[in-house]
Amino acid sequence: MWSLSKITDIIHSWLTETFNPTWTLIIEMVIVGVGVIGLFAVLGLILVIMERKVSAYMQIRLGPNRVGPKGMMQSMADTVKLLVKEGMTPDGADKFLFNFAPFIAMIVAMLLMAPIAFAKDFQIWDINIGVLYITAISSLNVIAILMAGWSSNNKYSLLGAMRSGAQIVSYELSAGLAILVIVVLTGSLQISDIVAAQANGWWIFKGWLPAWIAFLIFMIAVTAETNRAPFDLSEAESELTGGFHTEYSGMKFALFFLAEYINVFIVCGIGATLFLGGWMPFHIGNWEGFNHVMDYIPSSIWFFGKTFFLIFVIMWFRWTFPRLRIDQLLNLEWKYLLPIGMVNILLVTVIAILKWHF
Amino acid sequence: MIEEIGTTEQGDLIINVGPQHPATHGVLHLVITLNGETIKKIEPHLGYIHRSIEKMCESLTYRQFIYTTSRMDYLSSHINNHGCALLVEKGLQIEVPPRAQVIRILMDELTRIASHILWWGAMAMDLGAMTPYFHAFRERELINDIMEETCGARLTMNYQVPGGVMADIHPNFQRRVKDIIKQLYKKLPEYDELVTGNTIFKARTQGIGYLSKEDAISYGVTGPSARASGVSCDIRKLYPYEGYEKLNFQEVMHTGCDTYSRYLVRMIEIRESISILEQLVDNIPEGDYQAKTKAVLKLPKGEFYTRVETARGELGVYVVSEGGTTPYRIKFRSPGFSNLCALDHMTRGQKIGDMVAIMGSLDLVIPDIDR
Repeated sequence: MWSLSKITDIIHSWLTETFNPTWTLIIEMVIVGVGVIGLFAVLGLILVIMERKVSAYMQIRLGPNRVGPKGMMQSMADTVKLLVKEGMTPDGADKFLFNFAPFIAMIVAMLLMAPIAFAKDFQIWDINIGVLYITAISSLNVIAILMAGWSSNNKYSLLGAMRSGAQIVSYELSAGLAILVIVVLTGSLQISDIVAAQANGWWIFKGWLPAWIAFLIFMIAVTAETNRAPFDLSEAESELTGGFHTEYSGMKFALFFLAEYINVFIVCGIGATLFLGGWMPFHIGNWEGFNHVMDYIPSSIWFFGKTFFLIFVIMWFRWTFPRLRIDQLLNLEWKYLLPIGMVNILLVTVIAILKWHF
Repeated sequence: MIEEIGTTEQGDLIINVGPQHPATHGVLHLVITLNGETIKKIEPHLGYIHRSIEKMCESLTYRQFIYTTSRMDYLSSHINNHGCALLVEKGLQIEVPPRAQVIRILMDELTRIASHILWWGAMAMDLGAMTPYFHAFRERELINDIMEETCGARLTMNYQVPGGVMADIHPNFQRRVKDIIKQLYKKLPEYDELVTGNTIFKARTQGIGYLSKEDAISYGVTGPSARASGVSCDIRKLYPYEGYEKLNFQEVMHTGCDTYSRYLVRMIEIRESISILEQLVDNIPEGDYQAKTKAVLKLPKGEFYTRVETARGELGVYVVSEGGTTPYRIKFRSPGFSNLCALDHMTRGQKIGDMVAIMGSLDLVIPDIDR
């Protein structure tokens, strides 16, 4: 199978020949940093236009169709608009926290990029506790939202931040339990191990019922964690106007906006990695010919295809369901998802010990 | 930082919803006292879109003042016009030709369907589902096209005049109405699939915003909102006008008293209106569309009152005449105003998200409240 590792190897060997080890490390870090920022911007633009097109399709509209071919450059135009807008800081706001909050949201989203395997041998940091790292960092997101809501000196923002705090802290648990199912099945926290374990079949097929339940819980929990409808209570435009980012404008708003979409991408990427085999192609048992054809499709296409499918599902949720109320939201988590998740963990432990999974 | 400003002495948070706020569908200003997420009190502040239509009517003739009423409840402008036209006809004892009567009922029911469909979309949007709004507009657009063809306008039609209707129906009218009936029969199950049976929607609306029968009567709530509390108040049935008594339709009632039953009543009312359309669309009698009236209308000295059933409830038109060409005093009893009054009673102790749902279920049109 064709792999991006050839390119990275060539660059690495050229750098080590030309510079001393310290410089090599610094240059590689710069390349990776620039790469992540570039990916960040591109993904943001793609996801925004995708959301608008998907929603337009569901709402029998055309969506943006003026800038560029079929309106595909619309998000570029929007970015330029947001860049030249004045970044207002309201009177009575805590200026430092207010201006700092969007950057925390951004930094958290960027840090989460590190352990994701985008393609075969194409991973920024294959840390041995990859899954733990992801759950740990993603829970920092709530700090940005709480900071923004509190420092805005706006009651709508405060209510939105309060809701968001309760929501993210609760749903963190369910997402964690769902991830744990795959960790139990694999026996490793490392992303590359998890992907490698799915070489002969994805966990959603191999893991029997527990994997299915875990996948469903994971999808619900991450939708709530990223503040997407039907769990978008922290924004809830018909109740709280803009929620925690009511007072933000210009690029500071754009950073929140971008961070939301990147978070959606990341959680879907993790979902694809854990349950749908990451960059692993789709293989069926002994069908040699079929498997061979599947191997010809580049691994990055497999990863992005699965991720964008999950993103589409999350967008589908958003444009179909009404919003839950705050007490119903917490009921769903504490009365249903969490107990089911815990029983599911027991179930999968039994299956893993008895080696009933494939 | 969030200091004492905007809190009560008990430490409750006071937030201003509106005058510019997505939930209020217009320039309504609600001062809400909150304890956490729970509502303690709601105080509506009106007047942001007050155009003094009643005062303006005093300087307009009996032909002219009808046109201002299209701007009150713009979603049922036909029915507003109808009420005023009825009043003038009552005062002058004008006999409306049967053809005009049937056209008026057809137009009223089309308006009611359009209004309820738009409300369906807006209600879902209040609860956070964006998509139904656009689906609702698809059908409303077809009704607006009918209006445009026959009346010349899409929103403020001004089609019903004293003595009948402004102009005869367009040749396409009957075919178009049949098309919309067919379209609605196809799409209404889709509406139910998308919203009515949705678990989240049910959880958000069932048992929320309880309005008992007694409270509905004492607050003067009318229309679908009152009928969902078991109050029989359909003017078309109780005080029939324009030949509604000859038609076969049900007064839709529900005893759930909550937001969900208010939703159901409106959804069934759409179907009842469709059945009225079906009964009449092929039976439009031949004849004049307008009775012969004098060029200058002068109501005799006295007081006149008529009432019609708009999409939101009972619209009362009250005119005091001194015998001149213009009314001496005019007063509209608008359904939206009375329905809004019950909001505080219904929302106490509920969450702020419920407030949006309850307000949506009352189907408020702000220009109707302020006039």
